[in-house]
Amino acid sequence: MRAFRVPTLERCIALLAVVIVMFGFSGAANAALGGKVASVAADQKQMKASLKVSSNGRYEVHELQIAGGNVVREFVSPDGNVFGIAWTGSAVPQYSQLLGGYTDRINEAAQSRRYHRAPLAINEPGFVFSAMGHMRYYAGRAYIPSLIPAGVQVEEIR
Amino acid sequence: MMQRIRFALPAALSCGLLLLAMSCGGGGSSSASNTSGSGGSTSTTNAVAVSVNNGISPDFAYVNGIFVSVTVCQPGTSICVTVPNVLLDTGSSGLRLLSSSLTGISLTNATSGGSTLANCRQYVDNSYSWGPVATADVKLGDEVASSVPIQIIAEQNYTFPAAPASCGATAVNSVNALGTNGFLGLGFYPQDCGSNCVTTAAPGFYYACGSSSCTETTAQLAQQVQNPIGMFASDNNGFVLTMASVPAGGSASSTGTLTFGIGTQSNNALGSATILTPNAYGDFTTTFNGTTTQGFIDSGSNTLNFLDSAATGIPQCTGTYIQYYCPASTEALTATNTGNNGVTSTVSFNVANAQTLLSGNNKVFSNLAGAGDNTTVTPNFLYFAWGAPFFYGRSVFMALEGQNAGGTPGPYWAY
Repeated sequence: MRAFRVPTLERCIALLAVVIVMFGFSGAANAALGGKVASVAADQKQMKASLKVSSNGRYEVHELQIAGGNVVREFVSPDGNVFGIAWTGSAVPQYSQLLGGYTDRINEAAQSRRYHRAPLAINEPGFVFSAMGHMRYYAGRAYIPSLIPAGVQVEEIR
Repeated sequence: MMQRIRFALPAALSCGLLLLAMSCGGGGSSSASNTSGSGGSTSTTNAVAVSVNNGISPDFAYVNGIFVSVTVCQPGTSICVTVPNVLLDTGSSGLRLLSSSLTGISLTNATSGGSTLANCRQYVDNSYSWGPVATADVKLGDEVASSVPIQIIAEQNYTFPAAPASCGATAVNSVNALGTNGFLGLGFYPQDCGSNCVTTAAPGFYYACGSSSCTETTAQLAQQVQNPIGMFASDNNGFVLTMASVPAGGSASSTGTLTFGIGTQSNNALGSATILTPNAYGDFTTTFNGTTTQGFIDSGSNTLNFLDSAATGIPQCTGTYIQYYCPASTEALTATNTGNNGVTSTVSFNVANAQTLLSGNNKVFSNLAGAGDNTTVTPNFLYFAWGAPFFYGRSVFMALEGQNAGGTPGPYWAY
């Protein structure tokens, strides 16, 4: 009788898949984008922000006011999903908090850009991101196309 | 193993105490370079040479990097080090140098309420430079700024707490990653943050650090990382950067002159230059092909960066060059800048095929353009960045906020 078996390639792949799924879920739970409306509270706490909620009947805007004149606006669909986030302010917001696992896409782009200092745009079927600005003023937005409620234009995410 | 830990702990603690007590600036124990003081010279030379070259990373060659040498001294002493290959960056404010570049001198870290004061410099792609604020005398040619708060960019082997998550995710903190020893930020704001950080512990700028972690804090204006020009005894109201012209196919290297002061000596008169003032965000507007965006002039950006192919009709490159423009043949274009003062200026520029340019050995291009925006998905957040190519064959003035420069109050650009 053997208590442990030699791991097979299949087992290793299965274990890796479980780990990836776990990380994926934990990222989604912390992040506002793609998460449920409850995740806005986590962002508010982490960024020590005040919160103002407004609704236009088609979606809600949860506006976080952060020290230094930074503003983050999280767009919530009627079914409770955060489908878009926009920001302006004197600093680059903490993407890892707002975008969770999607931040990896930005960090990968940063690695390949080196000295090419310019706005950054990522346009993929599942994730759209655009950020720009310079010292003292930054702005940008991110959204998940499949979560945008019918009839809402992306220009409204600002 | 246990022995190693027992040895390592006191070593780490004593190193931390040493840092707190002495705040050693650079690493290692290489010999100090003693330079003569500012005395001896009868006339103040208010200009230094700049060069455009490959930079100093062993991993890549810099394109359109404008570099300058900066001499940094222990305050009030002649114990100095001259740091070459510092990127001249008109898009930021303050001197930021890699810890490894400060060999042979010992700078005192600034404190905030008993904690070490640290500084973060952010980029939109989540990368950042991070490290303690230290005080140094900064010399550029004959011009001296005394006791200037600068940022020491903490490298991997430099003992300092890690940057908090609100600073960023990707540290750019080595010669290999940067291609430069640091940044000389000559933007028209005297400090990187300004009054915002005096009253609020804003994320992304100043942090109070204990031995292992840091939290956002406020910083008085005089504590903040400063554009050294504003602290010169004279020629302190701005500068003019004059760069050589670059041929259409580019060149391997190029040169220019950074002259301090505006209208203070015979070599820095405004003349007939057009003055454009910035709005509250530090921008003018730029109108190109019917699209109006925010715009700014930034020697630290290596391209003319504007819009995308959807808005301009100019094809973008493919593959690794996708963030650049690749027209079939060079396009001659114009755009109009409008200052907050209502003054307009139409600028002619060329956009060549970036893949062709970057495939050769040249590293200096007046016609290299980037397409970092995504106008289809973000039509209301757009920027026209007049990067390093804008400076070639031009004299560009920048006047500091709060200063009278050539009869006009700063901040402004003039060219």
